[in-house]
Amino acid sequence: MKNFLQAALVAAALTSASANAADYVIDTEGAHAFVQFKIKHLGYSWLVGRFNTFEGGFSYNADKPEDSTINVTIQTASIDSNHAERDKHLRGEDFLDVDEFPEATFASTGFTPDEDGLSGTLEGTLTLHGVTKTITFPVKKIGEGDDPWGGYRAGFEGQTTLKLADYGITYNLGPASTEVQLDLLIEGIRK
Amino acid sequence: MLKNSQHSYGWITITMHWLQATTILFMFGLGLYMVDLTYYDPWYRGSLQLHKSIGILLMVLWIIMIVWKNLNPRLKPEPAPKHELLAAKAMHWALYLTILSLLITGYLISTADGRSIAVFDLFEVPALPKLIENQESVIGDIHEILAFTLMGFVGLHFLAALKHHFINKDRTLRRLIKPQV
Repeated sequence: MKNFLQAALVAAALTSASANAADYVIDTEGAHAFVQFKIKHLGYSWLVGRFNTFEGGFSYNADKPEDSTINVTIQTASIDSNHAERDKHLRGEDFLDVDEFPEATFASTGFTPDEDGLSGTLEGTLTLHGVTKTITFPVKKIGEGDDPWGGYRAGFEGQTTLKLADYGITYNLGPASTEVQLDLLIEGIRK
Repeated sequence: MLKNSQHSYGWITITMHWLQATTILFMFGLGLYMVDLTYYDPWYRGSLQLHKSIGILLMVLWIIMIVWKNLNPRLKPEPAPKHELLAAKAMHWALYLTILSLLITGYLISTADGRSIAVFDLFEVPALPKLIENQESVIGDIHEILAFTLMGFVGLHFLAALKHHFINKDRTLRRLIKPQV
């Protein structure tokens, strides 16, 4: 009897968990997710680029946003700054060294929702250029709901700034260009 | 004196040989030098422009050389054992093909994004459609390997020339300095 009760409780807990937490796959197939970067050029203007190939998923429930999690894996060789010679340099040993470090990953370790329930602070471990660091940055929900094709989607944006030297990238681009801003624009389709 | 004969290279072949030899050595040095320049070096951009411009001109020279070689009588080699003649022929083809591959791969790096190559602001060579994913990086690695391979071949070619001159004491090297009578 005791075992049966335990089993029933576990089953109930699992059911409610799966009812509360919704798992999403990041819509890279339809390219509704973007990993962009932005860095100062000489201190006079911005240079913008992106990573074309990445994948991942997240878990989010509007009722329990504190349980949200996200995982993203980026193929570093897919860097695209719209200039072949520059991309070749960026993939090389001066920067990403993609032969040695083909992937960059982010795995969340916690999420602290703000009062409004639409934004919050994401904490997680970022591995880039072989260096793993814990970072925290603000994220914001853009929206969620049914899509016109029978699915259900949710989208978020986040922004963080990394010191390149923290990740062992020390090529001198000038004093104005030691930090890179990452813009993460993520849309997921509920599984 | 301009054209080759069965016994002698003409001035045109001699000039093209040494022009290519010096330009290729210069390009190897320039290539090694430019990839290590820092971003704020005044030559950071210019060195690459120069490397690309010379590369296209070398391609033109390579084509003229092959055409000229086939328009002229073939030289009779200096007497040598059969395996040496075969080795010489193989080395010449290795040089021709490695140089051509270097020129093509260089072109494919800089044109991977559809940009054309400007040759000293004189004219532009348009790009081909992209052939493979991450073309500039993949072809870039091949370009680098080919460059070192070519330098290996050039070294052997150079040693063989010295051997002909100092050990065999034949005319092989002298034929390439000036036309023989």
